[in-house]
Amino acid sequence: MSAPHTPAPQDAPEGDHPPLTASEKSYLPSIVKGIGITLQRFFKPNFTVQYPEVGPYDYAAQDRAIGEVNPRHRGEHILVKDEQGREKCVACLLCMAACPALCIHIEPEPAPWDDRERRPKVFEIDMLRCIYCGYCEEACPCDAIRLTPKLYTPTTSRTERVYDKERLLENNPEAQVPQRPRK
Amino acid sequence: MSSPTPQATSLSSDPIPTRQFGDGAISLEPGLGEKDMIINFGPQHPAMHGTLRLILRLNGEKVSGSEPDMGFLHTGFEKLGEYRTYNQFIVVTDRMNYFSAMANNTGFACAVEEMLGIEIPPRAAAIRVLMCELSRISDHILGIGLQGMDMGAFTPMLWSFIEREKVYDVFELTSGGRLTTSYTRVGGLAFDLPDGVEYRVRTFLDRLDDTVRDMEGMLARNRIFMDRTVGVGVLTRDEAIDYGLTGPLARASGIDRDLRRDRPYLGYEQYDFEIPVFTDGCVYSRYQLRLAEIRESAKICRQVLDSMPAGEINALGSKATLPSKDDVYTKMESLIQHFMLSMPGHGLKTPASGEIYSATESPNGELGWFLISDGSAVPYRVRVRPPCLFAFQSIREMIQGKLVSDVVATMSSLNVIAGELDR
Repeated sequence: MSAPHTPAPQDAPEGDHPPLTASEKSYLPSIVKGIGITLQRFFKPNFTVQYPEVGPYDYAAQDRAIGEVNPRHRGEHILVKDEQGREKCVACLLCMAACPALCIHIEPEPAPWDDRERRPKVFEIDMLRCIYCGYCEEACPCDAIRLTPKLYTPTTSRTERVYDKERLLENNPEAQVPQRPRK
Repeated sequence: MSSPTPQATSLSSDPIPTRQFGDGAISLEPGLGEKDMIINFGPQHPAMHGTLRLILRLNGEKVSGSEPDMGFLHTGFEKLGEYRTYNQFIVVTDRMNYFSAMANNTGFACAVEEMLGIEIPPRAAAIRVLMCELSRISDHILGIGLQGMDMGAFTPMLWSFIEREKVYDVFELTSGGRLTTSYTRVGGLAFDLPDGVEYRVRTFLDRLDDTVRDMEGMLARNRIFMDRTVGVGVLTRDEAIDYGLTGPLARASGIDRDLRRDRPYLGYEQYDFEIPVFTDGCVYSRYQLRLAEIRESAKICRQVLDSMPAGEINALGSKATLPSKDDVYTKMESLIQHFMLSMPGHGLKTPASGEIYSATESPNGELGWFLISDGSAVPYRVRVRPPCLFAFQSIREMIQGKLVSDVVATMSSLNVIAGELDR
C-alpha cells in the first residue's frame, strides 16, 4: 500500500518542480541533450515494418512480438466441414443469438441425413456488419463456425461482402484444421 | 450590451436561429464587444483530440469565454446496452474508450460480477490486472507523446507509438484483437494467456524504462516545453473537487484518490505500488503524473507476472460462464448449460430488480457503471460514468483569460476520448 501523500514543502514557490536554472533558461542544455538522445535512437534497431513488401506477420526478425500467424486473430469466418464433406452446422441458431452486430442470417431446413435433424438452408454473414468479435465461434456447440486468421479481403462491390453458405464453406480451406487451439 | 452591429443586421432579414450555450457566457447574438470574436475550435481541428468542439470567445488572443460542446460522436452506447445481453455489451465497451479497451472490458465485467455476486478465480483477476495496467501504460505514454506533439515536440510522440504497438501486440496475441479486444466475459475471461506472453511483457517492460527515460529527457526541464506548460491550465484542488474530476487530472491537482487503493478490486491490495500525487494542477503536473504512473504500472505488471496464480480463468461454479469446449462436445450437463446461457430468451440469471454502481480506476479516472437488471439476460439500463465528461467540462475554468496557444496545451493534457465522452 502506498504511503499517504506529503504535501510539497512551503518554501518551494514553484510547487511540483524547482525553477529553471540560468543555464537551463538559455535553451542550450536541452538542445544538446535532445540531440544526444535522438542520435542514440538513430543507431537503435528500426521498428518500422515495410508493410506492402513485408507482410504484417513476417516481422519476426524485426523485434516485433508476433512472429507467425496468430492463431487467435479474429479474421474471416469459415463453416467447418465434417469427414464426409458436409457442413457441421446443425442450424441451432446460437451464433445468430450471440452475435452483437446481428450480422448472421440462418434459415434452417430438415436435414436429409440420419445423424442430425436440421441443417442450414441459408447461412449468410454480412461481413460489412460483422465486428469480428468471435462470439459466434464461442457460442457454437459443435465447432461448425470458426474465425480464421485470414486478413486480406478486398472486394469491389458491397454485395460480394455478404457471404453465403457456399462461400463460407470454401473460404480459406487451409483453416479447416481439426480443432482450433483457442481455449 | 451595445446595439446590434451593422453586420448582424445586414446579413439577412430572417436571422439564422442561434443557440444559447450553457449559462450564456457565449452568445452568438449581437452585442459582443467590438474586439470580441467567436471562434469554433473544432470539431474538425488538427489540435482537437477527436470530434470535440470548443466555442471560444476571444478578445484579441485572450480567451474571454468558452463553451465546450459535446455530442459529435454520440453513438447511443447506453441505449444499445438495453438491447444487448451483458456479455454482448462487452463488445460495445471496446468502442467506448478506444485508447484503453482492456480497462473498459474489465470495468464492465467487474460491475456485472458485483451485481450477480460472482467471485472470479485469482488467475482471472491477475490477468485482468495485468491487462489493465498494460493499457494504462499505453494510454499514458501516448497521452504524453501527444502532449509533446501539441507543443511542437514531434519526436517523443513517435517513440510513444512504438511502445503502444508493443502493448497492442501483447493484446493481439492474448485476445485476437489489437484495438477491439473484447477480452473479458462475465465471470472470467475469453481465453487464457498464451505461451510467450510473460516473456514478451517482460521484455516490453525492460525497454519501456529506456523509452520513458528518453521521453523525459526530451521534455522535462526543457525550457520550451516548460514555458508552454508550467502554470498553464491550472485547476485548483477545490475546483477539481467541484467538477468531480478523478484520475490523473485530480491527482495532479492534489487530490489523493485512486480507486485501486481506496476501493480495492481484483486483488489490487496485494500489489505494492505508490499513488503519485502532484499539487500544482497545471499541464506540467499532469505530464509529470502520467510519467510517474507509467512507472508504477510497470511495477504492478512485474509483480503480477511474478505472482501469477495457476488455475481456472472462469468462475465455473457460478453457472454464469460458458463451459469449456471439450466439455460441451462430450458431456450432456455442459451442453445443457451452454445452451441455457446462449439461447435467445435465456442467459445470465439476474435479480429481478438489481441495481449496482461499480467503479474501476481506468487510465482517465473513475469509470463507473450503473446497471439495473430486470431479471432477464438484458440489462434494463446501462449508465456509464465516463471520466472524460467531467474533464471536458472543467476546461472552461482552465482556459479562462489565457491565450489561444494555452488552449491547445490544456486540451492535450486532458486526454479526452470523444467516444467515451459522448457515448
